Amino acid sequence: MLKDITLGQYFPGDTVAHKLDPRTKILLVVLYIAALFSARGVVGYAILALCLAACVRISRVGLKALVRGLKPVLFIIIFTGILNLFFTPGDHYLLEWGFLKVSDTGLRNAVFMVVRIMLLIMGTFLMTYTTSPISLTDGLEQLLGGLKRFHVPVHELAMMMSIALRFIPTLIEETDKIMSAQKARGADFESGNLMQKAKALIPILVPLFISAFRRADELAVAMECRCYHGGEGRTKLHVLKYERRDYVALFLGVLVLAAVLVLRHMGL
Amino acid sequence: MEPILQIKNLTHTYGIGTPFQRSAVEDMSFDVYSGEFLGIIGHTGSGKSTLIQHLNGLLKPTSGQVLLRGKDIWAEPKKIRNVRFQVGLVFQYPEYQLFEETVYKDIAFGPTNMGKRGDELDACVREAARLVGIRDDQLEKSPFELSGGQKRRVALAGVIAMEPQVLVLDEPTAGLDPAGRENLMANIRDYHRNKHTTVILVSHSMDEIAQNVDRILVLKSAHVLMSGTPAEVFARGQELLAAGLDVPQVTRIAMALRERGLAVDPAVYTVRDLERQLLALRKGGAVC
Repeated sequence: MLKDITLGQYFPGDTVAHKLDPRTKILLVVLYIAALFSARGVVGYAILALCLAACVRISRVGLKALVRGLKPVLFIIIFTGILNLFFTPGDHYLLEWGFLKVSDTGLRNAVFMVVRIMLLIMGTFLMTYTTSPISLTDGLEQLLGGLKRFHVPVHELAMMMSIALRFIPTLIEETDKIMSAQKARGADFESGNLMQKAKALIPILVPLFISAFRRADELAVAMECRCYHGGEGRTKLHVLKYERRDYVALFLGVLVLAAVLVLRHMGL
Repeated sequence: MEPILQIKNLTHTYGIGTPFQRSAVEDMSFDVYSGEFLGIIGHTGSGKSTLIQHLNGLLKPTSGQVLLRGKDIWAEPKKIRNVRFQVGLVFQYPEYQLFEETVYKDIAFGPTNMGKRGDELDACVREAARLVGIRDDQLEKSPFELSGGQKRRVALAGVIAMEPQVLVLDEPTAGLDPAGRENLMANIRDYHRNKHTTVILVSHSMDEIAQNVDRILVLKSAHVLMSGTPAEVFARGQELLAAGLDVPQVTRIAMALRERGLAVDPAVYTVRDLERQLLALRKGGAVC
């Protein structure tokens, strides 16, 4: 059950999508999101969906895994869809049922909104699926490096993020283990009212917190043993370097955004 | 003897439909007899942990069946909790599951979930604490004040207190010092002897298995490699070594002696047996 959470999970591979510089991929996702939010009509969305499909194809990440990523946000997607469907005023109503009215703009908005969120999530997931958390934070650190001049602790933030990402699967695994252990002692997480369900979480949360603190402590000691002292003067094992494929990918990304913007202007 | 648990063609596959798909247990079949002390041995990744989580219904088989007293445990999925009370499972490093304010309350968690209250609850908590060697004055302490070995005893008591018919222990002595290991194993042996329950011990220490169990099940890469009494299994010492598994130290000595031409039974696995054989050989005039 918990294993379904795929946040930040990385599927190793050897495709162009995996080999791209993490900075390129982050920038591409930014361009992609910008394009998603500028798209107005069917043609714009279709182009973006096609782009995503092409990227998925190139990356050889199974479509199944990508769709599974949508599961945790299914509720939000449905909720947004319904809100847009029923509560958008329009000049022409297709359906009226009490206070619930479906207008033509409402239907249009709902469909576009749902498609937009789905494309957004699948696009960002594709990045995390093809980029290891370490190189992802490396990329972010490099991209935001300029902010150091304004005393933003970029390195520390990046380090915190990579540690957090690194420990998500560990903590999920740990939670699974603790849950199994308590279930073996007859703990019941499914039945009962809200209060009982909240109470049933105590046998999981207490051990989980204790082990999280223990891990944090051990990690801090291990880092100090290796003389970690922050980002000052720290060199990298893998120095990021833009290759030709990165320029090509970025060029294509900008091209798509431009196309979507032009289409938006034309109202398509 | 009558089988209490029957595992029939059990297969469990993780991550179906992802690049990580793999079978941790594949087409395993074996019986566990009532009252026996069964040892399960295998490498990390041989499917031990996955297998035992099927015995009390924490995992649902991808295919195959687990029968408890002849009844499929998944016949009524809603009543799976009853199976968990009958097949008690103690995980690896169980001390990390403690959460209550006092040792007493923590041990009482399982029996309370079963619906026990009052005197009945008190009796089984105290009995379980006694069986694992927790003193009465420790019952009111916070479990987090205890040492690692004692915490593990408390966790073990938490499962024993449910009075399960089958007790499954996953590496109960991992990470303990030699004295703590021997102590804990002695408790478990006593428990088995006095309560006449079935105990399944999972371990990767051949010596620990050899000294305690009636029957051994050897797992290798998701399959049952061999099963039988310790003597039967260790008689196939060469096969075990070829499979990358260990044999007890005594068996290894016996095998080495045999290679040098001494007629020692290769299936010995206790110091006493080997001693007896060597003395007999000496009397017979063999040269060591």
